[in-house]
This record gives sequence, C-alpha cells and structure tokens, in this order.
Amino acid sequence: MRTPIAYFLLLSAILFALGSMTVLLRRNALRIFMGVELQLNAVNLSLVAFSRMHLELDGQILAFFSMVVAAAEVVVGLAIIVAVVRRTSTTVVDRADVLRG
Amino acid sequence: MPLDNVVFWIFAPLSVATAIGMIAVRNSVHAALFLVVNLFTVAVMFLLLDAPFLFAVQIIVYAGAIMVLFLFVIMLLGVDRGDPVGDRLFGQRTMAAILGVAIVAELGTAIRASIGLATRAPGGFDAANPGGNPAALAEVLFRDYLVPFEVTSILLIVAAVAAMVLALRRSRAVTQRELEAPAGDDLAAYGMAPPGAPASMRAASPRSGSGAPGGPR
Repeated sequence: MRTPIAYFLLLSAILFALGSMTVLLRRNALRIFMGVELQLNAVNLSLVAFSRMHLELDGQILAFFSMVVAAAEVVVGLAIIVAVVRRTSTTVVDRADVLRG
Repeated sequence: MPLDNVVFWIFAPLSVATAIGMIAVRNSVHAALFLVVNLFTVAVMFLLLDAPFLFAVQIIVYAGAIMVLFLFVIMLLGVDRGDPVGDRLFGQRTMAAILGVAIVAELGTAIRASIGLATRAPGGFDAANPGGNPAALAEVLFRDYLVPFEVTSILLIVAAVAAMVLALRRSRAVTQRELEAPAGDDLAAYGMAPPGAPASMRAASPRSGSGAPGGPR
C-alpha cells in the first residue's frame, strides 16, 4: 500500500464536487439523481480511505450502511419521479413546482 | 513504481473523466453508462484500500441493481426527454463551476492541513482483519452493529412498500363503453390528456384522477 491516503481523499473531493455540480447544472430529475449518487459514492470512498488509515473496520461498516440507505433512497426517489411524471408528464424539475398532488 | 500506484493512476483519471462525461453528455442513457463506469472505478479504489468485500458489494449493489433501476426508469419515461437548453438563472454554469472548484480547493486544503499529502497508510491492516476482510466485517457487523443492522432491514422493507404505494395506479374495473371509446378518450382514462388538448380540459376531465399515484387526495 504505497499510494498516499491523501490521493484517495482528493479523488473523493473531486468526485463530490462534480456530483454537486451535476445537481446544480442539470434540470432533468433523473440526471440530478445521478449526481446525488455520485456524491454518495465519493463520501463512501473517503470513509473507506479513513478506515484504512486508522486500521479500523468501522469506516467500512459505515460505508456499507450508507450503500444500503442509498439503495433504499434510489428506490423511493425513482418511484417519486415516476409518480411526478405521471402527474405532470415532465422530468424537468423547474416545471414540477406545485407541491399539491 | 509499485503496482497499486500504477492501478491508482490508471483508474483515478478514468474516474474523474467519466464523472465529467456524466455531466457533459446530453443523452440520459449515456450519462447512466458513464456513471456505471465511474462506480466501477470507485470499486477498484475500494480494492486498493484493502476492502474487497465493499468492492464486491459496490459492483453488485451499485453497478448492478441501482444502475439497472436507473436505466429501467429512463426507458420507462422515454429516452428523448432531454434537458432544456440554456441557463435558467443568470450565469448558472459559471457559478456552479466556481462552486465546484471552491469545494475541491477547500477540501484539498483541509486534507493537506490535517493528514498531509504524503501520509501513507500504516501496514498491519491484515491484523485488523482476522480471518479475511468479509469474516472480520461480519464479526463487527453482527456484534457491535447488530441493532443498526436490524433497523436497516426495516428501512429496506419500508422502502419497498413505499415504492409500491407510490408507483401504484389506482385500478378499477373497465366498462364495456370505455373499451369501445375512441382513442382520445382512452388516453384520458389514464390521466393523460391527448396531446392537443388545452390545459382546462385536462383539469376538468372527470377521470383524470385515475392516474393519481395512489392514496386518497
């Protein structure tokens, strides 16, 4: 293991920034969701890197839980997007601006 | 140059490049495929960080299940629903780029100040993994984190039920007259007005509620 831990953390920071840029730039709900997934992955990477650095397994456990929560979140989020599309027939988040069903 | 360094310098630029590709391409399916490659590269990073179990889970759960779900929804909703062109706010792209650079700069400074850029991971991670990584993870997961693990199962069940409730179309019996109705009426039965219909007609249609995503309103 010769690669410095900081490189993994920097990669994680770059991926997180790119994910948040996707969330800010894109207006298709699905693309925004992909950006959120990218952010979650970046944080997972930093968790595993810290776990390696401190020789503890708790970071990997936390990354595992975050994956489970991400899976649940994707299921519910995509169902919400499908429901919104049925109602407003658009995936553009600017046009789905009414909270009422 | 040691092997893990080589692997890192192959997959880290690939990871960043696919993330940029995911932002830049117009087509949603292409973006999803870029995201799959990106998840694979992150999985390789897990392998480099001595987490083979998470490497497998990442590929199975993310690149397998979640991305199939994404592609399925993209296909379901129609591939051609692109993004509208142009900025909604003034200078939105510039501001987003500035924010991205600021995040990287800030986190980079924090990393440099805290652990330094040259800190290597200490050896002896195998000692923290008695019996291999999956066995050690199971030991910790089922002993120290047993209650959170059980709560996770409740969360997954709730998510599955929630997805069904949200995606459920309230169904009812179809009458013979509806079966014989002309095509335009047929669309209205699914809560969608025909393409040329004015918005008022859509709202006034008595059966437009049948497309509601479940539950009384």
